[in-house]
Formats: sequence, C-alpha cells, structure tokens
Amino acid sequence: MDAPYAIEMLNITKKFPGIIANDNITLQLRKGEIHALLGENGAGKSTLMSVLFGLYQPEEGQIKKDGKVVDIKNPNDANALGIGMVHQHFKLVECFTVLDNIILGVETTKNGILQKDEARKKVLALSEKYGLAVNPDAIIEDITVGMQQRTEILKMLYRDNEILIFDEPTAVLTPQEIDELMAIMKNLAAEGKSILFISHKLNEIMEVADRVSVLRKGKYIGTVDVEGTTKEDLSRMMVGRDVDFVVQKQPRTPGEEILKVENLTVASKIHKNNAVKNVSFNVRKGEIVCIAGIDGNGQTELVYALSGLEPAAGGKISLLGKDITNTSIRDRSVMGMSHIPEDRHKHGLVLDYSLEYNMVLQRYFEPEFTKNGFLDKPAIRKYAERLIEEYDVRSGQGPITRARSMSGGNQQKAIVAREIDKEPELLIAVQPTRGLDVGAIENIHRQLVAQRDKDKAVLLVSLELEEVMSVPDRILVMYEGEIVGELDPKTTTVEELGLYMAGAKRQ
Amino acid sequence: MRKLLKNEGFESFIASIICIILGLIIGYVVLLAIKPAGASKAIVAVIKNFMYYPSGAAKIKYFGNTLVKTAPLLMCSLSILFAYKVGLFNIGASGQFTVGTCAALYLALGANMPWYVCLISAMVAGALLAAITGILKSYCNVNEVISCIMLNWISLYATNMILTKVKESTSPYTLVVANTNPKAILPSLGLGKLFSNNPYVTIAIPLSIILAIVIWVLLEKTTLGYELRATGNNKNAAKYAGMNEKRNIILTMVIAGALSGLGGAFLYLSGFEQWQCTQSSVPGMGFNGIAASFLGGLSPIGSIFSSYFIQHVTAGGAYVDKTLYCSQISDLISSVIIYLCGFVGFLKLVLKKAAEKKEGGETK
Repeated sequence: MDAPYAIEMLNITKKFPGIIANDNITLQLRKGEIHALLGENGAGKSTLMSVLFGLYQPEEGQIKKDGKVVDIKNPNDANALGIGMVHQHFKLVECFTVLDNIILGVETTKNGILQKDEARKKVLALSEKYGLAVNPDAIIEDITVGMQQRTEILKMLYRDNEILIFDEPTAVLTPQEIDELMAIMKNLAAEGKSILFISHKLNEIMEVADRVSVLRKGKYIGTVDVEGTTKEDLSRMMVGRDVDFVVQKQPRTPGEEILKVENLTVASKIHKNNAVKNVSFNVRKGEIVCIAGIDGNGQTELVYALSGLEPAAGGKISLLGKDITNTSIRDRSVMGMSHIPEDRHKHGLVLDYSLEYNMVLQRYFEPEFTKNGFLDKPAIRKYAERLIEEYDVRSGQGPITRARSMSGGNQQKAIVAREIDKEPELLIAVQPTRGLDVGAIENIHRQLVAQRDKDKAVLLVSLELEEVMSVPDRILVMYEGEIVGELDPKTTTVEELGLYMAGAKRQ
Repeated sequence: MRKLLKNEGFESFIASIICIILGLIIGYVVLLAIKPAGASKAIVAVIKNFMYYPSGAAKIKYFGNTLVKTAPLLMCSLSILFAYKVGLFNIGASGQFTVGTCAALYLALGANMPWYVCLISAMVAGALLAAITGILKSYCNVNEVISCIMLNWISLYATNMILTKVKESTSPYTLVVANTNPKAILPSLGLGKLFSNNPYVTIAIPLSIILAIVIWVLLEKTTLGYELRATGNNKNAAKYAGMNEKRNIILTMVIAGALSGLGGAFLYLSGFEQWQCTQSSVPGMGFNGIAASFLGGLSPIGSIFSSYFIQHVTAGGAYVDKTLYCSQISDLISSVIIYLCGFVGFLKLVLKKAAEKKEGGETK
C-alpha cells in the first residue's frame, strides 16, 4: 500500500460569478473507507463532486488517483478512472428493466446482438456478493425507490468502479430503506471499495462513516475521525455555531378553529381508488398539527385539495368558518392560506425568474407591488432584500440571482420566507425541511413554532420521524388515504407511531 | 469588456451576427456550386439589395419598399416571440396573418370601409382565429402546433374563397385598393415623401416599431407580463400562485393573433401587393417571422432589426442575375440565410460554453 489514498483532491478552488464555491479545499479518500462530506446547503459539496466528476474544471488545485496526478475533463474520464456516482435524483430509464438499466452503455454484444445472459449472471453475482436485492426483470417505474437506488449502485459495481460517490442518498428513502442502505455501504467498504458519502444528516454519518470532512461556505473546515467526535461537534463545525437539536416550545392552549375538513374525499391520479377517503379533522389557532405517514398514503392529494390545486371529489373544507371547497387558489391565498409546497421546483418557484420575482409570486398583484398594471420594481427589490436579510437566503447575486442557480436549501428558505411573510392565518407546510441541513432545519422549525406562538394555525405534513415527534402539538397518522390515529407527541413513542404508519394499528 | 461579454443581450447580438455571416457564406457556396462564374456578383446583389440602384433617389425609394414589407414581418415576429415567452409556439402566425388580410381587404374592397375599420377588423380576425387555438389548448389540451397548422390551411382556403368576391375579373388578384377605395389605404402622413415619393410607405412602418416597444413594455414591465411569463416558464408554479393559467394561455394567443392579423393589414392596406386568390401555399411571412424572432434573440427590440435584415436579403434576392440563375435562386438564397438564423439559440449555447471555458469561473 504505497499510496494510501484512492483519491486526493488537493487545494481545489472553483469560483462562480459572485461566489467562491470551493476555496482551497483538500479532500483525501483512503482506500476502503467511508468518508463523509458534510456541509450546509450551498457549502460547496456538490461543486466539489462535480469537479471530481469532470463537470467543472477548477481554477486551482489538482486531483490525484492512487498518488498519480490525473486530469479529469469530463464524466467519461471519471468513469475511466473508476469513479461512479449515485445521484440524488436517479438517472434511470423508467420504462426499462433493472437489468437493461444496469448494462446500458456497456452492453456485451455478439455480432450486434445483445448477450444479456452473461450480464444477468454478473448482475446476480454482484447483487449476491454485496447484498443488493433486486429483481433484474422488474421495470424501473414499478419498483420502490430503494430498489431503484440499489439499481444505481449495481450500475457502478457492474462497471467495476472503485470509488463510489453517494450524493445525499437517504433523502428519498424510508427509515427501513435507510437502514438497508447503511448495511450495504458498510459491505461495500469491507469489500475494498472507497466511498464518498455526501450528507448533512448527522445520525447517518455517525453510524456509517469512518471519517468526516466538513465544508462551510465554500471553505474547508477540517477532517475528523467519527470515533472521537460527537454530533454536537460536527454540527458546530458545519454551521459555525451551537445548534439546538430540541425544538423549543412553550405549552399553549389552542384557540378557535381555523381549518375544518369534513368527510373530504380526493380522487387519485394514479389509480382508480380515491387517494383520500372520507377524512375529517381540524386545525386551530396556535397549534401545529402534523400529518404523518409513509410517503404515498394520500398526503399529497390531501394538500392539493386543501390548497385548491386539485378539486375535492366530496366533502367540505372550511377556512375561518367559510366554505372554500370550490374557491379558487388565489382566493384561498388572499383569505389567509399559505402553502409551502412539497415540490419546490414544480410548484414553489419559477426557476428562470430572479429571486426577487419569486419572492412576490403570491403577492405581485397587490397594490404594494403593482401600480396601474405596472410592476413596481423598486418596491419588489426592497421587499426581496428585506426577506433575504431576515430569512438568511444566500445566493450569488442577491435579489437578481436566478432561482435556478441557487442551492436547494436556499431555494427552500426563499419559499418559506415568502409564505410566512404573507402572515397567513393557516400555514400548510409540506415536508418543509426536506433536503435541508441541520442549521436550516432548526431555522425552519423555529419559524413554524413562531407562527404557532403568534396564534396562527399550522398544518405540517412530514415523513421525517424526528420532525413528527418534535415539532407538532398533535399528530394525525395517515394510512392508505385515511386518518388512522390521532396521537399526542408528548405521550406517544416512535414505535407506536411506526405501527400506525405501517397500518398495523388504528384507533 | 468581460461584463459586456457576459451580458445576455450582447451575447444574442453576437450569435445573431455569426448566424448571418454563416448564412451568407453557405448561400455563397450554393451559388458557387450552381454556377461559379456569377456567384460573387449574385451574393453581392443579395447583400446590396436597394443599393443596386445607382441613383440616390431610387435607392431611397427601394429602401422604402423593403421597409414596407418589414412592417408586416415584424408584426409576425412579435406575435411569435410573444407567444413563445409564454411557452406557446405560435406557428399559426401565417394563418392569423391570412385572416387579417382577408378581413382588411374584404372590408376595404367589398364594403368600402375606411382604413382604420379595416385595420381593427384585421386585428380582431387574427385574434379570433388564435383564440380557437388558445381555447383548444387550455381546455382540451390540444397541442397548439397541430391546431395552428390545421387552422393555417383552413384560413388560406377560406380567404381565397372570400376574396374571390373582390378580385379583378381578368386576373386572380384582388382589386387594387388605391383605385377601388383610396380611403382604405393607410395614411402616409408625409412619410412617403421622405422616400422619394414612395406611395407604399405608410404609418404601418412607425406603427410596427411602436408596437414592438409596447410588447417589450408589456412583457417586461407590467404585472400581466409577469404573469404571462411565469405561466410560460412554469405552468404549475403559476397555478400554485393562483394565476389563471387557462385564461393566460387564451389571452396570449389572442394578443399574438391580433399582432399577426395586423401584419396582414399592414401589407395589403399599403397597396404594395394584391392578394392572389388562387394561392395554394400559406404566406411565408408567418414562417419568416419565426426566423426573425429567433434572430432577434427573442427580444421585441431585436426583432425590429432582424425583421429588417431578413426582408433586406429577401428583397435583395430579386437582384440576382436571372440569366445565370433560375428564378427560384433568390428565394433559395434568402431561405438558406433565414434557415441559419434559426441557429441563434444553438450558437448562444456554444458561445456561452466557450466563454465559460476561457474565463474559467472568474468573477464578473
């Protein structure tokens, strides 16, 4: 072992207009280790990986593989060096089978005819060796997200990649799938693969990684052994200050009813059954109600019906005592409903608009921002600058930054700022912390609690158990389109919650 | 300088210029391939257009002619880029142009209406035709390209049928507006005098430029423009923000259609051309408008210049020596150049990549 490092990135600097994404960063990946790359959103993790992958060329610094300097100009060079990556958003052909996806691009052929049998044998052998359970003949769109991810991993292994990059791999997984993934990663490392694990989830890093390198605002903070460190230390390194893991909130008596849902039924777009079946609940002033459940149990459709994006098939929705079942989205918004959408790219932002234009997406028509049919640009600028300041939205060029060029976390912060600053009576927040780092999560949780303390009603939809247990005052568990239980987070346990979520128990 | 290079408007400008040069080169190569002897002279003729005439007065007069046809092209180009900003591809500009022509000419020749009535009805006709596309798109999710193409042909033959009622008895052309109903001719306000008494130079030319500016203001400065562009960029976000995306799609098509319809009136109410009632192809104006809007970097202001350029080479094609080349050559060369104009977007991308490589990631 003359070269202990599989990959070394030495003194990498990469600048973008208005921002130094990577400022003299050094990252050394030992052979056979799981090395976590930790940092807040926008800390420069993705940029660094893009440099390693040949998508960007750094201004300064060099990359070494097995001690030799290499020049990675494009992803093909990276592949040739045995570097593989599982992207956060999978790059799979939806209508192909698992096997087809794995061999895509490196098919074995004989006289122009595919030799799938050989490939199948190799795939099965690999899946056996590393404990990656997949059905090679299943179509991608039919299988679970976990299995899709295993397909991505097999894709790398099939190509004999030695260095595996996992870009926030757990963001899309259920708790059980996360456990499986952790086991797989340990397995891979034990077999000699070197793994770079990009994450901002401290629990996972503590569980699986050997060493951690921390980035903050484009700068290299340091590398530590997981053995001798704690969650608190890591988060301090990452955020630059102490982070409160416990959501601080005072007990409160809820006031009058703000949102009332009676026997609501919503049709499903995917299957013939209703996605939401005869659901009734309410949200009162000064309380946070959380809809918990495993993804795909009707939460999305429920929120669509509440916000007006989809019509209700039956039942009644009332806001502040008024029937809004058939009210337009705009009217609901004006009446005092804010909505932090689940999919920030699909609904939350106009990605090609500037940040300032996105900040007024719900309010551009108000007299404050429109004069005689013309946009009042100075007013919009001023407003955007205030929100950017108050909610700490970071971007390359301030108000005129294109939303598309911002990091996911800051995009989310911008949406949260916009929706909360509207001073709604009811705030519907759907997975508001998805894909965010601890600092940002803490911030958003605090904002939600602040709304509650201002005597507003908050409806939170969450898939994260930790969030479900710590933020709300009441938990409603949704299973297959129905509310199967109402729990008090102070008295219930994670295990009990899990039973309701899995449909094993109902009230 | 760096800042200038990174400026999007400047980037579009450079890309457009490169496209034009490439187009001219390829046009030249085509001419060379057909008959090497006359190629240089021919391509120079295309570029020179009205400069072909020796006398200053004639130059100015024919410059006026090019402008007369620039105005309707600009209208089509505005129509297309306006719809494009809202995420719709208005390939129906031709059809809207045709029904605009139909309304204008029929009211001028058949009903003896004054020019402003004809102009307004041309707008309304174009708007109504485009509204069909908009309604089908927003309520039935019919692809606007398909419905536009179908409506193009329907409008062409309907127009031929209607205008046959006001055609000359001995030819397939409609009656001469200036003779039949002079008050339907667009007023010149003395503009014609500036162009060596060119009778076809009318208020259509300044009007089209004013409309380009109006469209720019509408898109960039107004609340409506904000809504429309948001709808074009992300339909789902527009819906989420409570914008009425169905209304916006229809409204966009109506405005786009009105612009193209007006283009038809601008051309035929100047008296420059007569409609041929046996015409069997949709007017090229609407399609050249696509090239003009892309060459203009999808900016209303850029379109003013790109429309002029395209009209310039189209008119210039007429001066190619027909004893050396067949009569289709002028159209062929101008269409090669126009075709290349469609590559602006692609070239912009190439330029951007090149700039990024060169500058690395240095700050602005």
